[in-house]
Amino acid sequence: MYSDLFSAESLADLQTVLPQIPFAIWETLYVTLLSTFLATVIGLPLGVLLVVGEKGGVLPLPKGVLHVLNVIINLLRSVPFLILMIMVFPLSRLIIGTAVGTAATIVPLVVAAFPFIARLVEGSLREVDPNIVEAAQSMGATPVQIICRVMIPESVPSLLQNVTIALTTILGYSAMSGIIGGGGLGKIAIDYGYYRYKYLVMLVAVILLVLLVQVLQTIGTKLAIHSDKRLKK
Amino acid sequence: MIELKHICKTFDSAGGEVEALKDVSLKIEKGEIYGIIGMSGAGKSTLVRCMNLLERPTSGEIWVDGQELEKMSSKELRQARREITMIFQHFNLLMQRTCLRNVCFPMELSGMKKADAEKRARELLELVGLPDKAGAYPAQLSGGQQQRIAIARALATNPKVLLCDEATSALDPNTTHQILQLIRELNRELGITVVIITHQMSVVKEICDKVAILDGGEVAEEGLVSAVFAAPKSAAGRRLVFPSGADALVSDPAAERRVRLIFRDSQTTGIPLVARLAAEESIYCNVISASTQQLSREVYGSMLLGIPSAQFDRAVDFIKAYPNIQVEEVDHNVQ
Repeated sequence: MYSDLFSAESLADLQTVLPQIPFAIWETLYVTLLSTFLATVIGLPLGVLLVVGEKGGVLPLPKGVLHVLNVIINLLRSVPFLILMIMVFPLSRLIIGTAVGTAATIVPLVVAAFPFIARLVEGSLREVDPNIVEAAQSMGATPVQIICRVMIPESVPSLLQNVTIALTTILGYSAMSGIIGGGGLGKIAIDYGYYRYKYLVMLVAVILLVLLVQVLQTIGTKLAIHSDKRLKK
Repeated sequence: MIELKHICKTFDSAGGEVEALKDVSLKIEKGEIYGIIGMSGAGKSTLVRCMNLLERPTSGEIWVDGQELEKMSSKELRQARREITMIFQHFNLLMQRTCLRNVCFPMELSGMKKADAEKRARELLELVGLPDKAGAYPAQLSGGQQQRIAIARALATNPKVLLCDEATSALDPNTTHQILQLIRELNRELGITVVIITHQMSVVKEICDKVAILDGGEVAEEGLVSAVFAAPKSAAGRRLVFPSGADALVSDPAAERRVRLIFRDSQTTGIPLVARLAAEESIYCNVISASTQQLSREVYGSMLLGIPSAQFDRAVDFIKAYPNIQVEEVDHNVQ
């Protein structure tokens, strides 16, 4: 399939697609960043609840509540994204008014990503030294003060690192959403490469996706390291 | 200031129930520096955590400054905790905040205005001798400096009681000395009551007025440091005060009896007693262990002698003739 990758015909195809590329990069970034942001808005508080709601936690929740939360998160995490996209059609119609198109892909992306982010946040908060939490309690901090002024600020470097992981994962998912008409680099790769066998176009789209992941990961790692005051600098 | 009445604490663990504290009663007066010493696992940390209710006792009453802690609502308890602050073995500073903002933290919790909090925090940094570290992060400081920041943080809410949970255990001897000096100054200048939890004898000797020896979750003995350390009555006390005492089998129990002598001041510690017994009375006794120590600026000596049974009474009479030497016969299991 790659034998005529650089044939005159392939290069001509690429040339016709090229003008669409900048907008596709913008669409991919916009869908990824907005979905990650919305998923974090939902996932962060849930991740916090998973940690503080435990028995012996800062704000213990009834056992049933925590159990239901865990089951929902595990359930959503175990549905393959391709299937999930289709399963949330009714929800997309309800929120966006349509189930296909770029805006509509944000719904399945958020639904897929928020449980993932909740688990990542859970992991970050568990790294906070319990002795520091105890010190805050000994100073008369309320549970909300402990969450907002101790646990989250102390885990910022780890949270940034984990949000970056989520961002790159969601970028991959957003490419998949070309199937349901979501725009972006993924759509170009699928439309030209998969449906019309224009492998050079597909290859260029994939290379651009790889570059985007590299750039986002580098920025995320830099921010995480820069924010960590435990490192002697 | 602090009164514990019949405190019991039981933990549920995988291997069944563990009794961490068994009927502990203590009274700590205002302005005192009170030491609680014991081996690892004696229940010291559990006990100090009861004093601010980080740990709830299974039974018993905790009174601090005339109020019973367990009867308080959670809001009242949070208020009370601002008066009973704590410093820790590993300092427990917020690592993502500067030193200044660490000291501001308890004031922030109580809703003080940011500018006022910062002003007071700078005064406190001055007080603990680190005014130049306001903008530094804890990771950039040494252990001793971090503990100073923790002390400044603990003082921010003008507490009446400072609880020190193994506060010097992670520090070298020199730094330990400096931190203890600081705590003593704060005790004198601010009149703050200090409770010190430690496994280090040297800490209690250097700074405490009173001491309780905790052993297996029980108070083995309690009293003025000078009294307890000069003549420990309990087995746990003797293990702490005479850690490397002679073995019980060092001499034949049938042939000699043992006495413990306590020398009360530097005049009596200067008496060559064993030599005089030999020269003047021709009694040749066996020195099993001996030591001198300084407690609250006074010198105390202690000596364990084995005296031949036949000459025992004569020897004891000879020793008793000296006014400041206390004589006590002990059995052969005593070290």
